[in-house]
Amino acid sequence: MTAPTTVRSAHLTRMPAKEALAAVHAARGPRDVVVTTMTPARDWMLLPPHPLDLVLVPSAMGSAPSIGLGLALAQPDRRVIVCNGDGSMLMNLGALVSVAAAGPANLVLIVFINGTYEVTGSQPVPGAGLVDYAALARAAGFESVHAYASLDAWRDDVRRRVAEAGPTFVALEVEPVYGQPGPKSPGPARERARRFMEALRG
Amino acid sequence: MFTGEEIAELLEQLGITHVVTVPDSTIGRWQPAIERRGRLRLVRVCREGEAWQVAAGLHLGGATPIVLIQCTGLLESGDAIRNALHDFGLPLFAIIGYRSYLDQGTLPGDTCLVFTEPTLDAWKIDYRLITEPSQLDEIGEHWTACRDAGVPGAILLAEGTA
Repeated sequence: MTAPTTVRSAHLTRMPAKEALAAVHAARGPRDVVVTTMTPARDWMLLPPHPLDLVLVPSAMGSAPSIGLGLALAQPDRRVIVCNGDGSMLMNLGALVSVAAAGPANLVLIVFINGTYEVTGSQPVPGAGLVDYAALARAAGFESVHAYASLDAWRDDVRRRVAEAGPTFVALEVEPVYGQPGPKSPGPARERARRFMEALRG
Repeated sequence: MFTGEEIAELLEQLGITHVVTVPDSTIGRWQPAIERRGRLRLVRVCREGEAWQVAAGLHLGGATPIVLIQCTGLLESGDAIRNALHDFGLPLFAIIGYRSYLDQGTLPGDTCLVFTEPTLDAWKIDYRLITEPSQLDEIGEHWTACRDAGVPGAILLAEGTA
């Protein structure tokens, strides 16, 4: 599949999405919760699993930041890292305001921006290449906002970003990948929810 | 029908930890009383589908949330309900304001009265309709029954004049 010509990019450089996600995987602490959805979920499942992974497949599209907010409020002593896509973020932009208003210091929201609905065949998202997600987050009330287009810069900073007092918003400009299938559920969702809750209690 | 103090006290007695809400003109008036309760945290969200998702995260994290929305918001919550209640099997509970049930003077022919209860049935949410102030205790009784059964539930609270 070739790249849709209608996708515009305001960025000359983008980082490989899988490597950007692998940097998060390497930086997460053993007590940290990681919520993934859509393309980040597909790629996260290629990495070694952890009992505190919450793979939102199937999902209600756009729900990851909201579920992350609930988890962060319920578990204030744990870091909650949400790996979201730009299409998913657009579907629930109000969550930026809800998160900032609630203000959980332990929540990190990372948006992987590839300009496409990758899992449905890489159709462009509205405003692809035009939307400034970091500016949206700032305007919604996030005080800790960071944006990266360079993998080296992201690797240098990722541990600091997932450890800082938040809520933290990170925008990662990543390369779209064309022709890849969407994520498959790693197993029955009810059973995974039960195991996840047990892991949190442990 | 109920004061904020009555509802806040009830929620606290039930062990609710977080009230995730988008207000309407009835349930929104409960917010000050809820916020005065030290053991209840009010979580304001921007749309009702988000309320179910935040409640899902709270439940997964070991808290005891309740969703507090109007029936119009129930109608926009479908995919969030499907995923949280039926994919992940989370027994979330909601209090849902039933617009115009007691008084159609403001919105004659309000179609909320047509679609709300069939929607709850479609989503397999066990609900109780509350139409009288004397039914306050039924809220806690139904919440407890749903909790013990591990199933989703709701209170459909008639709004208008009462």
